[in-house]
Amino acid sequence: MYQPDEIDWQLIEYIQDGLELVGRPYASLATQLCLSEVELVARIENLQCTGIIKRFGIVIHHRRLGYKANGMVVWDIPDQQLIDVGKHFTQFKYVTLCYQRPRHLPQWSYNLFTMIHGLDREQVITNVETLNETCGRFPHEILFSQQCFKQCGAHYVYQKRTEA
Amino acid sequence: MLASSLNTLQQRLLENFQHNLPLSPTPYAAMAEQLGVDEAQVIAALADLRDKKVISRIGPVFKPHRIGTSTLAAMSVAKQDLSATAAFINSLPEVNHNYAREHQYNLWFVLTATDDAHLRAVISMIENKTGISVMSLPMLHEFHIDLGFELNHS
Repeated sequence: MYQPDEIDWQLIEYIQDGLELVGRPYASLATQLCLSEVELVARIENLQCTGIIKRFGIVIHHRRLGYKANGMVVWDIPDQQLIDVGKHFTQFKYVTLCYQRPRHLPQWSYNLFTMIHGLDREQVITNVETLNETCGRFPHEILFSQQCFKQCGAHYVYQKRTEA
Repeated sequence: MLASSLNTLQQRLLENFQHNLPLSPTPYAAMAEQLGVDEAQVIAALADLRDKKVISRIGPVFKPHRIGTSTLAAMSVAKQDLSATAAFINSLPEVNHNYAREHQYNLWFVLTATDDAHLRAVISMIENKTGISVMSLPMLHEFHIDLGFELNHS
């Protein structure tokens, strides 16, 4: 699978927050990297073809979902049942993320993370109860969000590789 | 966003260029040519959409988890220090989500980096600055969410 080289990373860092609204938005990076603008555009095409860039275009601001409440629900599932339970959870429309993550024993025994939405807190709790009933009941906790400090797309910070 | 508040050119730009911006050294001129208008009109229309916060940027959307590395990090912060610690975490460009949550682990954020060494360095720096250990929970497996398939057990 293609991995970005150093020039790709510099290009990614340059374009990730959006192109400037000027006639030749790649010109200054091209000068900086001693490449032609055509070569930079070809690299963007390559990043698209290799599946690194999912789409390249106008990005509309996300509209707020009707869901008011969300809870990160963490589950302690026996390892041998994890795949089945994880697949089971993905069938419910209010489950929007479902990830396996490592336990950190003794202080953290949860290995399955789900994001559960609801119109309000009570509905989130009801939805979690439904999940728990239908998966066979496992230890879990709901971590409601109190305050969102930051939410934005992944941002890559390029650090030039230096020889040790 | 109300479609009626956008002019015709803006609507056509949004219809045509959310997925495939022309791969050209002069993308706005190429868009203008496709739509039969001037480059200056395209740039002005896009600047207006940006100023009205209809669009966030013109650029790439990356496939999650395809490049680089990321982790979900959790910290247990004393209540009186929470907003100061959260502000420090927010200031780091590697952070793209940061939430206070009701739990002993009360600060949860996502760190994204180009490689594991960079990720470890950021975590160490946070631990040194705050004196609080960071629990790092990288994704091991993603269960694919099959949108559009709904079960009703209620």
